[in-house]
Amino acid sequence: MDPLQAVRTDEPGPALDSRRIRWDFPILGRLVHQDKPLAYLDNAATTQKPKAVMDALETYYASYNSNVHRALHALGEQATLAYEEARARCAGLIGAAAPEEVIFTRGTTESINLVAHSWGRRHIGEGDEIILTEMEHHSNLVPWQLLASERGARLRFVPVREDGTLDMEGYRSMLSPRVKLVAFTHVSNILGTVNPAREIIAAAQREGAVTLIDAAQSVPHRPVDVQALGCDFLACSGHKMAGPTGIGLLYGRRTLLEEMPPFLSGGEMIKKVTLETATWADLPHKFEAGTPHIAGAIGLGEAVRYLQGIGMEAVQAHESEITQYALERLQQVPGLRILGSAPDRGGVISFTVDDMHPHDIAQYVDSHGVAIRAGHGCAQPLLRAFGHTAVSRASFYIYTLREEIDQLYEALIKAKEFFSHGI
Amino acid sequence: MEFDDLYQEIILDHYRHPRHAGDVPEEELLVEEENPTCGDQIRLTAMVKDGTVMDIKYEARGCAISMASASMMSEDLIGKPIDAVRGRIRTFVKLMRGEGESMPDEPGDLIALEGVKQFPMRIKCATMCWHAADQALDKLTGGTGPCAMSG
Repeated sequence: MDPLQAVRTDEPGPALDSRRIRWDFPILGRLVHQDKPLAYLDNAATTQKPKAVMDALETYYASYNSNVHRALHALGEQATLAYEEARARCAGLIGAAAPEEVIFTRGTTESINLVAHSWGRRHIGEGDEIILTEMEHHSNLVPWQLLASERGARLRFVPVREDGTLDMEGYRSMLSPRVKLVAFTHVSNILGTVNPAREIIAAAQREGAVTLIDAAQSVPHRPVDVQALGCDFLACSGHKMAGPTGIGLLYGRRTLLEEMPPFLSGGEMIKKVTLETATWADLPHKFEAGTPHIAGAIGLGEAVRYLQGIGMEAVQAHESEITQYALERLQQVPGLRILGSAPDRGGVISFTVDDMHPHDIAQYVDSHGVAIRAGHGCAQPLLRAFGHTAVSRASFYIYTLREEIDQLYEALIKAKEFFSHGI
Repeated sequence: MEFDDLYQEIILDHYRHPRHAGDVPEEELLVEEENPTCGDQIRLTAMVKDGTVMDIKYEARGCAISMASASMMSEDLIGKPIDAVRGRIRTFVKLMRGEGESMPDEPGDLIALEGVKQFPMRIKCATMCWHAADQALDKLTGGTGPCAMSG
């Protein structure tokens, strides 16, 4: 199937001026390797941060640094207010019914581990089944492997078809009352495939299974509404959406979160403690043991404000447009093959080039100022299914320009020349 | 460090025309190594006679650095006594890890790999085949070489 035919181009959406947006990201103006303008195309790994986010971190530390909750002083009140306001912003971004359904974690990985430990250990038993897909990032695979082996449960995998889409027939045939959980990635970090989340969730719910969305590659890039999707859990990371590292979210349906035991325990998450026992704080604090990453949460809140200012529809429209352009351009590189050709895809393109190893490609284009990723992309089983152990990956964001795609194209052409004929 | 320090012409030459590369049939296979991070693979065999490494043959798949390293290594080690070979493996691996200072004596083309140590992500590309050769010698001699000793 021709990947060009596959991209959805019928999304109008309000325009986004990526050239203006770039002024908000100081790092994008820098040169690398002495004199090469930077083309940062590794946004699926982490995005750059706008000045507003950096300012929010600095302002917190410079003017109201204090621990949150229970502080009976001015700084503490201000910090608590900012921290909780950030939570409310995040809840708004993903359409949660209430801020208490949003728990701050270190990121997607911790969010999924939280569910695996707190919900999984209570609800997954011997002979139960957990459905995942073949395109999961290791972070939505390994926690379930550990849980399944501990509980004697069975993992099943929705196959990925050659075009990079899920075999939905196969998925439906796997569903049964034994299935207790369906956990899947919303947008593949390798193929860019946008999975039909609503359909997957609706089918799971008919069998009474709980659902979890790994939204690390979707929430930063498109409108996501947990209530419209109907998921029980959703996990995402701040640093992939213009926010700081070390902070992320877990959304959980209130009824589920309320009956779950804590994940980590200690300070902040308790109501009453005696030497022998303790009772748990209300949501969301039950799941936020210890002093949280206050600055990170405030920074994330600022990143969300920034993205909302642009509008998530506009973000999606821009990425769709730039991805379409990149697909066209990359296909002009002789011997270049793109993985997957899903009709609905995000701004991620993984590819191989004949007779060039992904490491050599990445190193070469880097010498021309282009930052891409090479390796297994934390999805070894998926790459194996496509017959690879490593690929190159270019991924885009709100500030990505066509010129940067051209810069990648030119560098790839030169790389071919270099590795076949020499200097 | 810049790109050109890594990919020197000698490295590209070994990458395009690997010396002593060839099919390694199952019955001759001594060591198979893989780097799961990038998918580099090497299948290696060697022949030792009267305390001397008479031949090394390998089948490799990987990046230019790993392929060139295997080619240069085989050229460097063949014909040398086992003790000397073990010493050269030790010196080379230490140099790459930043634990040693110099190349093995009379390094020849190996000198072109010195730049790799400045690229932490690529050090394993250069050292994998040396580990494989070390393990192959372990199997042939029943002893343990420098790589095993240093983990």
